[in-house]
Amino acid sequence: MTSPPGAHLPEHPDFLWDNPEPKSSYDVVIVGGGGHGIATAYYLAKVHGITNVAVLEKGWLAGGNMARNTTIIRSNYLWDESSGIYEHSLKLWEGLEEDLGYPILFDQRGVLNLAHSLQDVRDSVRRVNANRLNGIDAEWVDPAGVKEICPIVNTSPDVRYPVLGATYQPRAGIAKHDYVAWGYARAAHAMGVDLIQNCEVTGMETSGGRITAVETSRGRIAAGKVALCAAGHSSVLAEMVGLRLPLASHPLQALVSELLEPVHPTVVMSNAVHVYVSQAHKGELVMGAGIDSYNGYGQRGSFHIIEQQMSAALELFPVFARAHLLRTWAGIVDVSPDASPIVGLTPVGGLYLNCGWGTGGFKATPGVGDCFAHTIAHDKPHPFNEPFTLERFTTGALVDEHGAAAVAH
Amino acid sequence: MQLIPCPWCGPREEAEFHYGGQAHVAYPEDPSALTDEEWARYVFFRDNPSGPFAERWSHNAGCRRWFNAVRDTRTHDLLAVYRVGEPMPEVTA
Repeated sequence: MTSPPGAHLPEHPDFLWDNPEPKSSYDVVIVGGGGHGIATAYYLAKVHGITNVAVLEKGWLAGGNMARNTTIIRSNYLWDESSGIYEHSLKLWEGLEEDLGYPILFDQRGVLNLAHSLQDVRDSVRRVNANRLNGIDAEWVDPAGVKEICPIVNTSPDVRYPVLGATYQPRAGIAKHDYVAWGYARAAHAMGVDLIQNCEVTGMETSGGRITAVETSRGRIAAGKVALCAAGHSSVLAEMVGLRLPLASHPLQALVSELLEPVHPTVVMSNAVHVYVSQAHKGELVMGAGIDSYNGYGQRGSFHIIEQQMSAALELFPVFARAHLLRTWAGIVDVSPDASPIVGLTPVGGLYLNCGWGTGGFKATPGVGDCFAHTIAHDKPHPFNEPFTLERFTTGALVDEHGAAAVAH
Repeated sequence: MQLIPCPWCGPREEAEFHYGGQAHVAYPEDPSALTDEEWARYVFFRDNPSGPFAERWSHNAGCRRWFNAVRDTRTHDLLAVYRVGEPMPEVTA
């Protein structure tokens, strides 16, 4: 009568790309083989015809934050600047499966962002209105509406942080993060991009204020242009050319439960109690916590953060009380002062920066890949990433998304 | 949970503490003389090393006093703690 969870998932794929030796020189070297790096290479080749490209990854492809995020995709941010790039990304997600010719299990199951206080309610309604003005689907739903969309949410008024309503973006959803990376990698490889794993960048060479090469654990590689897509390690790379970034790298933890029958039809996020939950296609409940307070590169965090996050999850979803925790992990997220990314040019010629996505980079993968490729190809920002310069921290033109960025980002 | 050795109270659980970011960032001596660039550096730009990092902690649920620590951001090991006003001790990571 019913099929087991995951019956519709495809078979495990065969090798989708090669492991080439690095050449001595490339037109463009992308540092970081995560979602953003591979997507950037894909759009460089597809849209701009630039195929003499290497993606250098110090570990294995898409094994950093691309393997560690909670796969939530949405575009309900407050400001026009953010709406531009996140909505561009969401539109690309909507056609990505056909574009890549590869299943990514993009599932537009909607996202609820819960409000737990009067101030939350006011901020949320304001954000719904801002979204609508920008042509982004958004609605305000009352507690009964929340219950209708996601019946397992506890909307009783008798809890410490009662649910007073939520914003709802029906087009939001989740995707299978590994398949996204594999789909992009397969397509980029087919167009001639070299994906080079186990290749750590240890230094950069400049000449006359222009980048000329990168030193790596597999030798020197000359480069016409170098693009950084290194998330939590961006500061370390930028320092190699004396560039200081306004970033702090923090551990961000997430966890999954054992496999369960489908119980959770949507994505639920709560700023105030610090949890976001969805149920993966395979059946695990996937939950994310807030960042650990301290700077850290260790890809692990403190247990009390998980404890806090579980207590929040239990209050919102009493039905989770008997679920078992399967595993927890952490990724290193690069948090910027205004919770918005930094994407664009640098004072070093031919060196491009894509960082500061903090806790929310996965959803931007196609959008930033497209815009960053444009920035690299034309040596000029795409209109969608033009507001996200490094200079904005000096000029004061910040894009403050602390509210809509949701959890501690 | 990590134990943090408060210089006044001794080792206590991390949950008793509040993080304060990079240590030894002095308020500008003559704020009105700063350029926008210098203000930006002071307000937004901090060291973000992979390795030993001098940082501030407050023992919020204990003595409520601030102190400094050197911690390796790769392992999260606390290499040294010292009181505010003292120079950063030499550490080997």
